[in-house]
Amino acid sequence: MNFDLTDERRMLQDTLRRFLTDRYTPAARNAILDSEDGFSAEIWSALAELGVLGALFCEADSGFGGAGFDISTVFEELGRAGVVEPLLDTAILGGGLLADLGGASQRELLGAVIGGTLHLAFAHGEPNSRYDLSRIETTASREGGNLVLNGRKAVVVNAEAAEYLIVSARESGGPDDGDGISLFLIPKETEGLSLRGYPLISGGRAAEVVLDNVALPETARLGPAGGAFPAMQTAVARANVALAAEALGAMETATGLTRDYLQTRKQFGRPIGTFQALQHRFADLLIELEQARSAVINAAGHLEESPEIRDLHIAAARNLIGRAGRLVAEEAIQMHGGIGMTREYELAHVAKRIVMTDHRLGDTDWHLERFIALASA
Amino acid sequence: MDLSYSPQELAFRDEIRAFLADRLPDDLRAKVRGEGELSKADMDRWHAILQQKGWLAQNWPKEFGGAAWNAVQRHIFEEEAARADAPRIVPFGLGMLAPVLMKFGSKAQQDYYLPRILSGEDWWCQGYSEPGAGSDLASLKTRAVRDGDHYVVNGQKTWTTLGQHANRIFCLVRTDPDAKQQEGISFLLIDMDTPGIDIRPIVLLDGSREVNEVFFDNVRVPAENLIGEENKGWTYAKYLLTHERTNIAGVGFSQAGLDAVKRMARTRMQGGKPLLENPHFAARLARVEIDLMAMATTNLRIISQAAAGQAPGVESSMLKVKGTIIRQEINDLARRAAGPYAMPFPSETIEGANEPRIGPEGAGPAAAQYFNNRKLSIFGGSNEIQRGIIAKVKLGGGK
Ligand SMILES: Cc1cc2nc3c(=O)[nH]c(=O)nc-3n(C[C@H](O)[C@H](O)[C@H](O)COP(=O)(O)OP(=O)(O)OC[C@H]3O[C@@H](n4cnc5c(N)ncnc54)[C@H](O)[C@@H]3O)c2cc1C
Repeated sequence: MNFDLTDERRMLQDTLRRFLTDRYTPAARNAILDSEDGFSAEIWSALAELGVLGALFCEADSGFGGAGFDISTVFEELGRAGVVEPLLDTAILGGGLLADLGGASQRELLGAVIGGTLHLAFAHGEPNSRYDLSRIETTASREGGNLVLNGRKAVVVNAEAAEYLIVSARESGGPDDGDGISLFLIPKETEGLSLRGYPLISGGRAAEVVLDNVALPETARLGPAGGAFPAMQTAVARANVALAAEALGAMETATGLTRDYLQTRKQFGRPIGTFQALQHRFADLLIELEQARSAVINAAGHLEESPEIRDLHIAAARNLIGRAGRLVAEEAIQMHGGIGMTREYELAHVAKRIVMTDHRLGDTDWHLERFIALASA
Repeated sequence: MDLSYSPQELAFRDEIRAFLADRLPDDLRAKVRGEGELSKADMDRWHAILQQKGWLAQNWPKEFGGAAWNAVQRHIFEEEAARADAPRIVPFGLGMLAPVLMKFGSKAQQDYYLPRILSGEDWWCQGYSEPGAGSDLASLKTRAVRDGDHYVVNGQKTWTTLGQHANRIFCLVRTDPDAKQQEGISFLLIDMDTPGIDIRPIVLLDGSREVNEVFFDNVRVPAENLIGEENKGWTYAKYLLTHERTNIAGVGFSQAGLDAVKRMARTRMQGGKPLLENPHFAARLARVEIDLMAMATTNLRIISQAAAGQAPGVESSMLKVKGTIIRQEINDLARRAAGPYAMPFPSETIEGANEPRIGPEGAGPAAAQYFNNRKLSIFGGSNEIQRGIIAKVKLGGGK
């Protein structure tokens, strides 16, 4: 048994932490949050140069990592610094699907993704699908030699920056069937595809996407006709490891800030950390933090196993992190008093990142239900 | 024991209901539901509508132009107003300062200030907290030094709610630095236009601009603006706190919030069924509703004691703690119900009035309200301070 990171991963962790400590300061981040694009192109290129994007892909896909612990190592650091840049969308979801399903010419885009010059977005969720992965009402129907897509996609993160959207659409089957779902790699300028963009409350941007008779050649399909669902599940599993690790990193920052504050803030002539009412609650946060860390390790460590085992651990991690994350975010704010409520202060941002994780790819209860289903299967 | 309102109380409730249905403007209602931010003009407009009816200064005696409602009547109004999505009555002048003026102010102060509060001419904010004095309010440092017929004020207040709209601020200031902490504090009324005052906004984590920092640099305040006696400010402030803590349970807000969550959960689908039928969501909802039903009765028990002239003690601390936990839990449910549509940042998605809303009704503001209402357990005496009071009184052999 060995819970240490490999030397390579430790180096990656150190490099990334140093870079983010230097460059992703709260002031820099606040400027990014206020910017029109919602993320920094400079930071993005720098991350690519450092090899952070490459670390999320395996060697066969032109990267040098791609395993569960590579993902968790990177995203924990991103979470610690409250990074809002769309690594999840471009690299894990978009890049992951491209690598897994792409034909030779589609896969040529991977170099640009890893090089930091191309953005992607996974346009999958719909206004009525909530978190259900197979609930797809967008249709792809054959008309002449073309496939024609119609439907709406909800809260597509990074859609505006993306050159290509990876869109899910149904070629056959009922509204909740996994079978029958195809993916399409669609250049954003394609006729019939329109976006309405907006900022997100915890940073970054997303868009509502409308597909109105979007005509595509067969070659736009990514993977088998009607058979993309298993690959989607894999990509989403990887994304869930990333999200859990990101929340873990943000929880580390939130508890760290809280510890410092409890030691320095004085009321009634003494540090507030000397009040037992707060001491016990702070101790509880540390306990939950270690639970969260183990849940992430479990999820990352089982990412390459069979889908059933993989998804059981992922559901467990997202459920636990959902509960522990909420506790940490709320208690950290509470123990800071008014200061914890201010946008300028770092805690506010990481607390929002933690809580809003619960709105991507399944919330705490959704993952609880997944866990119950998988555990009783 | 009789759990229902008396016929008179029911008639009173119907009158309030009819009034709200008739006079509460739709645009204000929409903003309260989260479809936009209430401006100063909006709040003034609602105050004026109430004042016209004589229902603005609900707790004031008739002689000062108030409605002289008892605690039960006030509760009925608050409950109905929250249900109807009416703007909250801004409490600083009406609910906080006015009782102090009536009890401790001079006749001249009463004659001058009270009508101006009613007419909306004066908008007050509360200058208590300082960067170094939050829970430990008595450690406040803002200094007021007597100089002829003026006080010269130096220091800083913070977290001043809606100070950006205010033309006046009531402050706790230190007039005797050598006395015991509580005994060197005075209660001073300050005109926000006085030279030397600088107000700067603090943006909260949800992007809202409701609090401010207020800086005082050699601000000359006429000595006649002192309330009562010098160095007795702490007594007046404590008296004010008993008024700050009415409607502390926020039962009306919780009920309105719960209704809104149910509306959203009825139309949001998960696994092909309305979220309201999802067992896990339904269980969360039920737990809060059960808590709220009991809270409503606890609240009424305490209110009817108050209406019978009994001053509430630790009960108001209990209402504060449990009431805010329930409200925050409901905000949490709303954000959950909104699902992925909790993510869009509302200020930009809903303020562009002509654009259709992103996501279902109620989803846009859900996350922002969740984050914003973390304040409920921090201000007005944090929940830790309230628990401390309960424990101290009950363990220390108090009442
Ligand atoms: C949105 C908002 C609006 C506000 N509006 C106003 C306003 O209009 N006017 C005004 O004057 N003030 C206002 N306040 C200030 C508010 O009253 C203070 O935030 C509050 O008193 C807490 O003080 P603090 O923020 O300095 O936290 P601190 O007092 O520093 O507390 C930090 C943490 O320590 C805990 N703590 C402190 N002492 C103890 C103890 N003895 N035992 C256990 N735990 C303890 C607190 O509960 C909290 O969790 C507002 C605050 C907010 C957030």
